[in-house]
Amino acid sequence: MSDALHLEFEVSGNNFVSAGGASDEVKKTLKMLGIAPQFIRKVAIAMYEGEINMVIHAGGGRAIVDIYREKIVIVLKDEGPGIPNIELALTEGYSTATDNIRDLGFGAGMGLPNMKKYTDEFNLESEVGKGTTVTMVVNFF
Amino acid sequence: MKLTEIITNLDAKVINVTDANKEIEGGYCGDFLSVVMGKAPENSGWFTIMNNQNVAAVASLTEVGVIIICDGVEPDELLAKKVAQVGLDLIVTPYPVFEAVKKSGL
Repeated sequence: MSDALHLEFEVSGNNFVSAGGASDEVKKTLKMLGIAPQFIRKVAIAMYEGEINMVIHAGGGRAIVDIYREKIVIVLKDEGPGIPNIELALTEGYSTATDNIRDLGFGAGMGLPNMKKYTDEFNLESEVGKGTTVTMVVNFF
Repeated sequence: MKLTEIITNLDAKVINVTDANKEIEGGYCGDFLSVVMGKAPENSGWFTIMNNQNVAAVASLTEVGVIIICDGVEPDELLAKKVAQVGLDLIVTPYPVFEAVKKSGL
């Protein structure tokens, strides 16, 4: 496992101008490494959704990315309000986004479901008042 | 279908086009970005009325062929700047989404 390429990004809260920057960097890196486009698309979508969630709901956070020969591991950590009901949050169409956020085109309630759908492993741990950590793995085969 | 034909069919205003001769295959209509991200095919035409900078991020990640903003909605300043900066194709048509899809020929 020592051959991992390690990347870390700060995701700033409520900043929609820089949102997507980390996903874009990871996408570029995977392209450079010659990873097949169908896997890059999965990673890009799942990671962008995660980034946007941190921007909208958690006041920002951190993205820790390890790229191996056969897979990518993405850990998204925030110290936001946490998710009281994870099962509900994972339901397609369920959203707690405000009207402001909806006006920007977010808040469809597809963020977490997309992250789960486009990854091979998805784990969400959350504690109300402490924060949320999402771990996602996409296999490159 | 070539992007240049779509531009003509839609009486579209070009905000940024990198290659008018590129082929666009099919399309997707939607304004909720997560839904678009999950479903818009690569190299397709994305019909929307969203006009903020997040549109560029979604178009770039999904690699749609051209963003088609309908109903004459102008992209906001940040979006116009962003598409030029990252090389995304964006056009504006005066037609509402339903009409635009029919007229596009896609």
